[in-house]
Amino acid sequence: MIEKEIVIKNRAGLHTRPAAALVKVAAQFKSDFYIIKDDLEINGKSIIGVMTLAAEQGSSLKLRFDGEDEQAMAEAILGLFERGFDEA
Amino acid sequence: MDDKKEILLRGIPASAGIVMGHAHIFTKHIPRVEEKIIVAEDAQKEVERLRHAVERSEKELSKILSYAEQKIGNSKAKIFEAEIMILNDAVLLEAIYNRIVKELKNAEFVVHDEITKYQRLMLESNDEYMRERAHDVEDVKNRIIRNIQQEKLISRFEGRSIIVSESLTPADTILFSRNEILAYVTDMGGVTSHAALLSRSLKIPAVVGLKEATKHVQEGDFMIVDGYGGTVVFNPSETTIKEYEVRNERYIEFEKRLNDLRDLPAKTLDGHRIELSCNIEFASEVDAVDAQGSDGIGLYRAEGLLIGRDTFPTEEEQYVEYNLIAEKCFPRKVIMRTFDIGGDKVVSQASEEENPFLGWRGIRIGLDRPEIFVAQLRAMLRASVKKNLWVMFPMVANVKEVRKAKVLVEQAKVSLRNRHIPFDEKIKIGVMIEVPSAAVMAGEIANEVDFLSIGTNDLIQYLLAVDRGNENVSQLYQEFDPAVIRTIHHIIEEAHEHHIPVSMCGEMAGDPVATLLLLGLEMDEFSVIPAVLPEIKKIIRSVRLKEAKRIAAQALKFSTEDEAKEFLKSHVKRISPDMPLSEAE
Repeated sequence: MIEKEIVIKNRAGLHTRPAAALVKVAAQFKSDFYIIKDDLEINGKSIIGVMTLAAEQGSSLKLRFDGEDEQAMAEAILGLFERGFDEA
Repeated sequence: MDDKKEILLRGIPASAGIVMGHAHIFTKHIPRVEEKIIVAEDAQKEVERLRHAVERSEKELSKILSYAEQKIGNSKAKIFEAEIMILNDAVLLEAIYNRIVKELKNAEFVVHDEITKYQRLMLESNDEYMRERAHDVEDVKNRIIRNIQQEKLISRFEGRSIIVSESLTPADTILFSRNEILAYVTDMGGVTSHAALLSRSLKIPAVVGLKEATKHVQEGDFMIVDGYGGTVVFNPSETTIKEYEVRNERYIEFEKRLNDLRDLPAKTLDGHRIELSCNIEFASEVDAVDAQGSDGIGLYRAEGLLIGRDTFPTEEEQYVEYNLIAEKCFPRKVIMRTFDIGGDKVVSQASEEENPFLGWRGIRIGLDRPEIFVAQLRAMLRASVKKNLWVMFPMVANVKEVRKAKVLVEQAKVSLRNRHIPFDEKIKIGVMIEVPSAAVMAGEIANEVDFLSIGTNDLIQYLLAVDRGNENVSQLYQEFDPAVIRTIHHIIEEAHEHHIPVSMCGEMAGDPVATLLLLGLEMDEFSVIPAVLPEIKKIIRSVRLKEAKRIAAQALKFSTEDEAKEFLKSHVKRISPDMPLSEAE
């Protein structure tokens, strides 16, 4: 299991488009992926769940990856956050 | 033949155009959901029902999406893509299927229960955008439930109609547009609601926020919709019909000509170039500003960042927004105003005051809460790297405040230098002139700064001691009061005396009746709302500066507002005879 803390960098936060991009990437892996914000734990493979997070720019999230390809998944997802979902 | 009474309702103009036609009432079908226990043998059947309903819903939405893409373009159609993604959310569907089997409840109940949980979380958010998303989710939820109940949505009808409804979802708006829709009219909604935005993209006239249109209308009633003025008339008389027909012809004719102006500069007949820019509050408005052919942003109101939140945004959050706007506008200029809170612009931190317009607001808060002010200045400075960002302070009353604010600007610069963060070292600093004492002292203030900007809304209120929001006295709020005209003249003269430019960003700058006066007084920049920009440009392009100066000189001599206004109106009518001046004038 891998756990990582991240801070949302892109301007719009986890709005619809970034949420969709995140879920799409997550779906390519077998491992479980959870996002934890405050007391809320959300399945990172669920678009409606990720939309619910209302994670704004600057908010910090905990990410948990668990499964056979967790290393590769963590790299892909963290990269996405790092690049600010390739948004302006 | 028609003994029904004429009824006029006022709402919010959401999409331009005047049309007449017959009402088609659309009553939104909200599916009823009952909780039922099913027998274990039927669980699989129930899951199948749901699977079919989801498939059908997806087909419906895909159709709407592709239709929307053709009609309004890919990027605007994106909202439907998000709805389709929710329908495909494996985690969500899995949870619903599992509950049906485990709890032995009917599919529509579980769908309703499960999706509502997420909606609640979205509605709890401080973020307006997020709360809007809850409505999109509502559309998905109702769509699945309707399909479980196997009801078909009737969205096709014969003939040309005006849709009258309590509210419209984006999907409704798009679906109906496959018919011959003349206009949309709704009880609810504002200019920024999705349905309003879509009707503008579809170029279908719309009036929203009418509150009780559905109460007054019957199926098939003849009606007029005025998407310019935001009015709706049910059962209009012959005279009213004629009146709107004439008005419509004038608008169409006028708009056609305005369109041709978009790419032309705001220049007088004798070559005097005016900077004609726009007022905005959100980064998303920059595109509308571009579309109108603006020279830049003459007033960016940072208060948009405070909407729906209890705390001030961090420097970082502000920087991202300011930087986005500055970049979107580059190479054109953006004048950013520091937070103007207090007065009528309440933020939750502001304490309750007996007399907020004369209270703790604008720069006064900035100077008393330097940590907030300096953070904002740093954010603006950081966004100034391309040298197209100017900063101005609201509600300044005296020179001392300007000096104090400048010290804080210096402080912000030093802290950025220490952090090796780049910014425009020569950033232009200006002051909004909206307090009478600042107007009187315009020369001394001009001596301290790089530009002045006249905020007429507050200046007129303070100068004439009239609260515009107070119905008892609001008619005394008069833009062309001689005291107002002379004060503006004084400010411009003082600014030019000190060799700095002066702009106007209040409503008066966007009033066609004021254009010749302001032009003649040699205002350097007019900053207006995007919608009126073409009209103002047209007037500027129709006159010589010499003539405008003559008109302004004459206007300075009047001793009552009536005379001044009549005089200016007659000149603008002469110079731009086809301009439909507002009827309220």
